[in-house]
Amino acid sequence: MTLLYLRDVTTLRLHEEACTGCKVCTLVCPRDVLKMEGKKARIIEKDACIECGACALNCAFDAITVKAGVGCANAIINSKLGRKNACCVIDDDRDVCTSC
Amino acid sequence: MTKDKSRPAKPSPAAALTQLTVVEVKTHLPPSGAALGAGEIREVSSEWTLKDRVGGWKVRWGIGRNSYRVRPGLYALGEPDRRSPVLVSANYKLSFDVLRRAMAGGKAWILVLDSDGVNVWCAAGKGTLGTEELVHRIRSTNLPEVVDHRKLIVPQLGAVGIAAHEVKKHSGFRVVFGPVRAGDLPRFLDNGFKADNAMRTVTFTLRERLVLVPMEIVPAMRYAVPVLLLLVLFGGFGRWGYSTEALLRNGASAAAALAGALLAGAVITPLLLPWLPGRSFSAKGFVPGLAWALLFVFPAGAFLPETANLSPWETAAWVLALPALSAFLSMNFTGSSTVTSLSGVKKEMRYAFPLQAIGALGGLLLWVAGHFLGGRA
Repeated sequence: MTLLYLRDVTTLRLHEEACTGCKVCTLVCPRDVLKMEGKKARIIEKDACIECGACALNCAFDAITVKAGVGCANAIINSKLGRKNACCVIDDDRDVCTSC
Repeated sequence: MTKDKSRPAKPSPAAALTQLTVVEVKTHLPPSGAALGAGEIREVSSEWTLKDRVGGWKVRWGIGRNSYRVRPGLYALGEPDRRSPVLVSANYKLSFDVLRRAMAGGKAWILVLDSDGVNVWCAAGKGTLGTEELVHRIRSTNLPEVVDHRKLIVPQLGAVGIAAHEVKKHSGFRVVFGPVRAGDLPRFLDNGFKADNAMRTVTFTLRERLVLVPMEIVPAMRYAVPVLLLLVLFGGFGRWGYSTEALLRNGASAAAALAGALLAGAVITPLLLPWLPGRSFSAKGFVPGLAWALLFVFPAGAFLPETANLSPWETAAWVLALPALSAFLSMNFTGSSTVTSLSGVKKEMRYAFPLQAIGALGGLLLWVAGHFLGGRA
């Protein structure tokens, strides 16, 4: 059973015309979000996406975009409080998690 | 842990090193010593000593977490040869220890990257455990001279920071993403380097949630202790002016209430996560918080003399504040979980945080006001 988080929030996008069907994204996704359908990858479980960014980073054809980050409330609180050296902060919209 | 015995280097003419275009690799030197240089290979055993066990337990409780590191470099496990697999790891010692324990009885090279003492997933997310560091470490350890093959096994979650096609381009090594959990490695290797679907997918089992609970409790104390001190301080004041007896009674009652809310938000919610209603962690955490609040205010829950016969003001205060506190602590579990996204947490916080603040502050006001306006002396 996959525990799902909020509905329809992910920034994950798959640009089908750029997909070459190399399957790499389906192999690196740790949440079974992407699956091969015929010769193209498809997003089959959007709400399972945790925006880790592995698929986009490992797509050699730039067919996937996602605003990658870590879903951590503490990181958001730390950055709002202006803490720079806390365990997690979000810096310029890029997540930085050093020990949590 | 390590036998700490350097082995003589394999012949390694520096000229044979792959020329790279990668620049500026940040090499943070961990307190335990500098990174291992080329040819400086250490043998490690798959056994865990008492020190490893104690160390693992300590970091789970947040003790010395930021300095629990191994030196980046190349390690030999079980006398590997030139055809043995190369397993990539982070230099967070717990990650490294779990990996070498999983490989008991096997032969492998372990290439430890400098992840700043952080686990694979977080470091990959941060960018310290990434393509650049891997390519740099391949070169600085002289790996191409140590093994005949050109294959690296990278933990699946390393894919968050490591782009396999870029590593191939810059180092000639082919990255094979291995299982998420080190425990699946022997099966993965026997399988001809194939990770099945279960090996590739993150889980969040009861056991996996349970080991995270201490690191929910410890940071939660940072909120709970100041709040309790504040309540104890206010507890002595009321219509009666100031009374030590009231301070002790109200302080004890507040301590019990807060301890329960902490247990609800930092322990019960993580453990019951899949079964609690709602999708947001705040909604899930609200439920055990409310259950505790009701148990606390109803006479049936009057397990302490101090919590019996609460005034209507106090009752309202706790029913308002305790679920809010539990929801807040539960929301902090998002970062430890394997199921949340940044977009989702941002959305959740936008509506949940103001509600939690209203609940907590409203509760505090009612509680203090009650001591002046009504109820028992």
